[in-house]
Amino acid sequence: MEGLERIVREHPFFSGMKEEQTAILAGCAKNVRFEAGQYLFHEGEPADQLYLLRSGRVALQISSPERAVTIQTVGESEIVGASWLVAPYRWGLDAKALELTRAISLDAACLRGKCEDDHGLGYELMKRFMPILHQRLQAARLQILDVYDIRK
Amino acid sequence: MVPRVARVRRRTREIADVSTLTLEMEDGRPFRYEPGQFNMMTAFDVGEVAISISGDPDRAEDGLVHTIREVGIVSGAVARLTTGEAVGIRGPYGRGWPVDVARGSDVVIMAGGLGLAPLRPLIYAVLNARKDFGKVVLLYGARNPAEILYRAELEQWRRRLDVDIQVTVDTARDDWYGSVGVVTTLVPRATFDARNTIAYVCGPEIMMRFAAAALRDKGIQDESMYLSMERNMKCGIGLCGHCQMGPVFVCRDGPVFRNDHLRPLMSVKEL
Repeated sequence: MEGLERIVREHPFFSGMKEEQTAILAGCAKNVRFEAGQYLFHEGEPADQLYLLRSGRVALQISSPERAVTIQTVGESEIVGASWLVAPYRWGLDAKALELTRAISLDAACLRGKCEDDHGLGYELMKRFMPILHQRLQAARLQILDVYDIRK
Repeated sequence: MVPRVARVRRRTREIADVSTLTLEMEDGRPFRYEPGQFNMMTAFDVGEVAISISGDPDRAEDGLVHTIREVGIVSGAVARLTTGEAVGIRGPYGRGWPVDVARGSDVVIMAGGLGLAPLRPLIYAVLNARKDFGKVVLLYGARNPAEILYRAELEQWRRRLDVDIQVTVDTARDDWYGSVGVVTTLVPRATFDARNTIAYVCGPEIMMRFAAAALRDKGIQDESMYLSMERNMKCGIGLCGHCQMGPVFVCRDGPVFRNDHLRPLMSVKEL
């Protein structure tokens, strides 16, 4: 458990967070690994985890019967999963490991419970989530603009 | 103003509508230029178009290199020239990438789409004098895997141990195992000393604005960023005004500008 606590504390996502807070969050955490090609989750399934990537790479995809389109890839030190924050807590994308991927998985119900119990902890968590969500929103806007399309 | 005549020594298809021409000057004299400069290229009986130079400035004797996208009648006519055919060359024109300011510093080169072509002479210049620079990082974004320019060369540079090359595409199918996401997403992942870094950026104007913002977020000052602008250049020497952008002529005062000078102009609508 102490090892897991240290891993959670040292993950860049929790950088600057108080030790007692990361200790609480570590109570929701476990180590997980995904082989290349294995899915972390599928669109529509319950969004019950937050993944903090320690190594490897994950593709976030939207699939149709004919093909899967990768919207974004994320890697070491980054996070996968925001849908656990927003009711009704369903994944909006597929997430597929592109290579052997190691991560810390935090149980979403446990996380939400801890944040309800301790709003200070919830606020610290939100301060870390919002820049990432903002950055991803900006990236999605730029993607929509399709700036390299010379016909525009 | 009179063009020198060059002949196509080699034409290489890069991606769907983009070709690279290696040219030999008919008068036999090597064509000298600075990284980031451009030429006015004439397709005889068709017209003239401004195209950046994309070869190695230290190897002018190997020929003059231009990478051209077929977007209009003139660029299409130039890009489709075949071995032995003639093309007119006026130039080199404009202010290019200032290489010397980066000596002793880390270097971040950020390119989007065909913006890699004007940056390639700079990359060669930096790699040719590699020990003069700190970390060298190239962040390149393309629309999709099929539109990655100079792919073989990127792979070759990536094999070097002294350059950090990161490539991403805006969208990809399931069979692409590289990075997906806009080029700005590469900035937070890159490692360099922002207080001692010179950044060079080239790509579509919107991409450059977002790229500059991402680099600023990472700690690089506008005074340490250089961007190359693309405008409708006709004369190439600051006379006709086609490329005027407020108080500057892109052909004469640019195409490369320091961002603290450029940023106020980029934010003016319809300028």
